[in-house]
Amino acid sequence: METAAREMGKDPAELRRQNFVKEFPHQTPVIMNYDSGDFEGNMNQAMEAADWAGFESRKAESAARGKLRGIGMACYIEACGIAPSAAVGSLGAGVGLWESAEVRVNPVGTIEILTGSHSHGQGHETTFAQVVADRFGVPLDSVQIVHGDTDKVQFGMGTYGSRSGPVGMSAIVKALDKVEAKVKKIGAHLLEEPEENITIEDGQVKATGTNKALGWHEIGLAAYTAHNLPPDMEPGLKEGAFYDPLNFTFPMGCFICEVEVDPDTGKTDILKFVASDDFGVIINPMIVEGQVHGGIAQGVGQALLEEVVYDESGQQLSASYMDYTMPRADDVPSYDVLHHNTKCTTNPLGIKGCGEAGAIGSPPAVINAITNAIGNNDLSMPATPAKVWAALGAAKIAAE
Amino acid sequence: MQSTTYHKASSAGDAAAKLSAAEDGALLAGGQTLIPTMKQRLAAPSDLVDISGVEEMRGITVSGSTVTIGAATKHAEVASSKELRAVCPSICDLASHIGDPAVRHMGTLGGSIANNDPAADYPAAMLALGATIKTNQREIAADDFFTGMFSTALDEGEIITSVSFGAPSKGAYAKFPNPASRYAMCGVFVAQGSDGVRVAVTGAGDDGVFRQGDMEAALSGDFSADALEGVSVSSDGMLSDIHGDAAYRANLVKVMAKRAVAAAH
Repeated sequence: METAAREMGKDPAELRRQNFVKEFPHQTPVIMNYDSGDFEGNMNQAMEAADWAGFESRKAESAARGKLRGIGMACYIEACGIAPSAAVGSLGAGVGLWESAEVRVNPVGTIEILTGSHSHGQGHETTFAQVVADRFGVPLDSVQIVHGDTDKVQFGMGTYGSRSGPVGMSAIVKALDKVEAKVKKIGAHLLEEPEENITIEDGQVKATGTNKALGWHEIGLAAYTAHNLPPDMEPGLKEGAFYDPLNFTFPMGCFICEVEVDPDTGKTDILKFVASDDFGVIINPMIVEGQVHGGIAQGVGQALLEEVVYDESGQQLSASYMDYTMPRADDVPSYDVLHHNTKCTTNPLGIKGCGEAGAIGSPPAVINAITNAIGNNDLSMPATPAKVWAALGAAKIAAE
Repeated sequence: MQSTTYHKASSAGDAAAKLSAAEDGALLAGGQTLIPTMKQRLAAPSDLVDISGVEEMRGITVSGSTVTIGAATKHAEVASSKELRAVCPSICDLASHIGDPAVRHMGTLGGSIANNDPAADYPAAMLALGATIKTNQREIAADDFFTGMFSTALDEGEIITSVSFGAPSKGAYAKFPNPASRYAMCGVFVAQGSDGVRVAVTGAGDDGVFRQGDMEAALSGDFSADALEGVSVSSDGMLSDIHGDAAYRANLVKVMAKRAVAAAH
C-alpha cells in the first residue's frame, strides 16, 4: 500500500481510506468472511493521536538539526480465533480447532475452571476468572483456573493464533450456560418459584418480584448434599463444553511510527509510536495493553535489530546475544496504545483477540517511516545503522 | 567449567609468585572477559590468582595534572571519581559507558588493557592520552604497549599495577556502540595535550586500536571538527563484520572523530 501510494504520488492515508472495506459482513475472495469492523475509524484515531497533519513542520525542525524525520503507517488485519474445524479440515488440517472447558462448582461455592487453553504469560488466570466472576457476581478470588496439566485437564487444543479469548473463553461460556441452567432449576425448586423468575446476580440466586434469595454457596451445597433436589436431577454441579468457532475473528489496527534518522551513522530513533486496534470486546484493558506493548517490542526488534547470520559454510555468526541484538527498554519509546473496538458478532462474548497484533503492524510501520525519511524504498529488515547508511548513499547516487 | 584452584593475592609480588607456581595460571581481576571465556570452555586455567583486592593496585591519585589509576580500579570508580572528573572528565565519561552497571562494578582498567579486545574502550584512552603503563617489572609507553588485536607487550607473568598520564587540556571520547554487545563499533578518543593532539580509534580497525595520524596533523593546526573535513579515511585496514562493513566503519571513524572534537572539554 505504501509503495503504491508513493509511486502514484498519493497521500498514504488517503489511498488506504479510499480502499477500506466499509460494509460488513464482508466476504473476501479467499475464504475469510469479516464479521465487523470500522477500519477508517481506527485510522482516524491513530492519525489524530500521531498528529499526522503536523508532520511536515516536525520534519523541518529535524532537518534544522541535521536529522531526517520520517513517518510511516501500517494497517493490518489478521485471521484469529482459530478456527472453525470444518474450514481447517477442508484446508488439509489433521485436527479440529475447537476448545474445551469444564466448570466445577464446589460444595462451598468456589469454582474451578479446567481449560484447554494454556497461559504462557497472557494472564488467563486473571481474565478467565473475570469472565466467570462477572457472570455470577462471585468474588474473583473464589475462581481458580486450572490449565497445562494433561493429567488434570480434558483434551484441548492450546494457545496460539489469538484464540484463548474468542475460542477458549467461549468454551467456558458454553459450560457456564449449562451451570446457570442447573443453578436456576435448583434455585426454583428451593425457593418454590417458577424457573423463569430466577436470576443470578451479585453472587445471589433470586426470585424476581419477591424478596426470596439464596447465596451462591447455598446452591453449591444443595447440589452436593442432594437432600432436596428437583426430581430426576443428578447431584453435583459440574458441566463441560466443547466450543467449535463459527468463524475466524478479525482483529485489525492502524499503527503510525515516527522516526528520526541520523544521516551520518544511519541510526534510527523511534520518536513516537501510536497503535489503534480493534479487538472487539476487551476483558481486561491493562492486560491487553501489555500484550500490545510486548508485540510492538518484538516488531521493533524485527524491524531494526534482530538478524540470524550465517557465513558461506553454514557457520552461524550471530551465535550469542553479544551479536544477536534483542530489543531492550532503551530501543523502544513509550507507546500510545488506543482502542476503537467493534464487537465480534460470531462468539458469545464478542471478543476478537489480541495476542499477535502488536507484532504484526509494527515492522511495516517502522520500515515505512525509515524509507520515508531516507527517500529510498529499497531497505530490508533489520534496518541496522549500516544498512540505512548504505541505502542513504544509494539514494544520493540515484538522485544525482 | 573445568575445575580450577582459586588463590587470593595480597600484593602484586604475591600474585606474581602464585602465578609462576601455577601450571597454567591466570590473573582474575573483574573476570568480565575471563569468566565467560571459561564458561564457554575456551579457557581452562589450572589456577586463578585474584588480584581484585590488592590495595596497592587500587585507587585514583591526582597530583597537579598527573593522574595515576590503579590497575584493579573498577570502571564505576573511574566514572564516579570527582577528583578525576575535575582534571580529565573524558576518561570518566568513557568509563561510565562501558558495558552496563553490573559490568562497571566488576571490570577493571588493568583487565581491559591487558586483554586488548579490539572493541574495548580503554585502549583508545590510553593511546590518546599518551599514558605510561606500569607493571611489576617496568614501565611501557602506550604507543609500545598495544601490539595488535588481543596482544600486548606484556611478558609471560608480568602484571600491570597502574597507569599514569598527564591530563589533557581538552579531550573527549565518542563511541558508536554495537547494538547487541554495546562494545565499540567505533570509538574515537581525542586529546589535546602539551605535546600536541592525539587521536586513537578502537572498534574499527582490523588489528586493534590505532592512532589516526592524518587527523592528528589536521587537528594540531586547527582543533575543530571542520578541520577534519578534508581528511579521508580509507576502508583498508577497517574491520568488516555482521554489524557493518569496512566502508561503514571508515565512515564512522570520521563521524565519531568530529563528534569527539566538538565535545572536547
